[in-house]
Amino acid sequence: MTASPTVRSELLRQRSRSARLFLLPMILALAVVAGWPLLRTIYFSFTDASLTNIDAAKWVGFKNYLSWIQLKSGRTIYSGLLVDPAWWNAVWNTVRFSVVSVALEAVFGMIIALVLNAEFKGRGIVRAAILIPWAIPTIVSARMWGWMLNDQFGILNDLFMRVGLIDHPIAWTASSDTAMIAVLIVDVWKTTPFMALLILAGLQTIPGDIYEAARIDGVHPVKQFFRITLPLVKPALMVAIIFRLLDAMRIFDLIYVLTPNSAQTKTMSVLARENLIDFDKFAYGSAQSTLLFLVIALMTMLAIWIGRVKLDGGER
Amino acid sequence: MPMSIIKNTAFYALVAVIVVCAVFPFYYAIITSFRTGSAIFTIEYWPTSFSVANYVNVIASGSFARNLLNSIIVSACVVTLSLLMAVTAAFALSRVRFRGRSLLLLTILSVSMFPQIAVLAGLFEVIRLLGLYNTLGGLVFSYMIFTLPFTVWVLTTFMRDLPVEIEEAAIVDGATPWVIITRVFLPLMWPALVTTGLLAFIAAWNEFLFALTFTSSTETRTVPVTIALFTGSSAHEVPWGIVMAASVIVTVPLVVLVLIFQRKIISGLTAGGVKG
Repeated sequence: MTASPTVRSELLRQRSRSARLFLLPMILALAVVAGWPLLRTIYFSFTDASLTNIDAAKWVGFKNYLSWIQLKSGRTIYSGLLVDPAWWNAVWNTVRFSVVSVALEAVFGMIIALVLNAEFKGRGIVRAAILIPWAIPTIVSARMWGWMLNDQFGILNDLFMRVGLIDHPIAWTASSDTAMIAVLIVDVWKTTPFMALLILAGLQTIPGDIYEAARIDGVHPVKQFFRITLPLVKPALMVAIIFRLLDAMRIFDLIYVLTPNSAQTKTMSVLARENLIDFDKFAYGSAQSTLLFLVIALMTMLAIWIGRVKLDGGER
Repeated sequence: MPMSIIKNTAFYALVAVIVVCAVFPFYYAIITSFRTGSAIFTIEYWPTSFSVANYVNVIASGSFARNLLNSIIVSACVVTLSLLMAVTAAFALSRVRFRGRSLLLLTILSVSMFPQIAVLAGLFEVIRLLGLYNTLGGLVFSYMIFTLPFTVWVLTTFMRDLPVEIEEAAIVDGATPWVIITRVFLPLMWPALVTTGLLAFIAAWNEFLFALTFTSSTETRTVPVTIALFTGSSAHEVPWGIVMAASVIVTVPLVVLVLIFQRKIISGLTAGGVKG
């Protein structure tokens, strides 16, 4: 800009004034819908609030998290979230689900991304096809798969028995051994496309001449993948994995609909909502929500810290 | 030569497996939705019967049509409101230098990582306090938590990449920032607005946890809640034909939209994802 310094600074001041005005609605909205409710949830976790009488909540300190009474015999009895086996079961389920699902999605996503990165007839069809699971609402996919995984009339049992994978029908969603497998199947089916697209975006930034050079040098394709593709796509892959991990940690819909009563699949979100709304243990549910928030907040900070370089690099 | 034929065949076999795995569940839901009575309980891989009875049932009975309308209203309002707030915010975040900009961007980014359950208790209180419990307004209000950070983020990255020159002429002419947004940026931003609007629409259309918690009557539910709570006369008698018909009705518009706008959606997803 060629304007004189005073005009220029006046312009800048005007711009930053209107910038503040422009940001206000968004900041206010996020404060009312995210910031304040989060603080209230944390506050409720230190009270004895109940769903029917939230206003009468009284401060009880850390009682919901951990409390103990000393019996006359000298024995101490602990109670609260941190010694609740149902909670730790949910934590374990969430971790197990997140790690396994994201690992499978990364592998399948990588395969699909490599396929889509190749030149071939019908590539558009494949890309369109893999967008379908992504577009289907989670609730709908839970229902669709619930029907396919049905123990008596499910097509998956029929298919697996025809090919000889199993010799008797399995009650996928009801049996305690397979409930988690059922949830994993549906989640991997639904979210692998997202992973594949993110990895594909990373693959497309790799210049073609690197492969050209490798081919001329006679480098085996498998070696090309591990020596060239994987290291170069790693940043995009890591971002995709972290993104998906954070998302998987809060899973609710799929499990609520597909395996509602299974202790093997009850995750932190499902357990917390059950306590908050269904069991009228509002304060206890709030404590569980708060702990889940803390876990995810720590992971997010770690993720942002890892991605720091990228964030700064992208800014003007 | 034979080697390359084997390779090609293997490659196309892999392609076929991917396509079948991706499409089959939806295909099976569609053929199930056209089967009624006892036909539904015989396993068929191909469409063998065609009856629209399930569709007639689902539309006519209960509140499904009403719930569908609710979903459309809520999603449309959410998209409009979040785009309105996001466009102005994105302008400020991408084109103006001010202190705390990076911090604000990071805060917005971390809000999009919020587990919804973490705000559920507090939002429940706020929504009851505002008299929005069991209303569509309550859902529109609460959905801002996931559509707003996302739209702001994607539009900010989009606006940041536009060259400075396009603004300069307007600034020299003494245009106010508001005029710059509406006259200079909006015409350029249609592609980005369509993409983010569509993604926000899909997110609102699919939302379940808030819709389940903040509504109590069948008339105010959105379709995901209706589909999730479909049960027959007993818990073990799920009316599968009707559930599949409802699922197809809810999903077909989304699949059509996604296929029409697939390039835009992929670029929007990766902009929100890779850079996020």
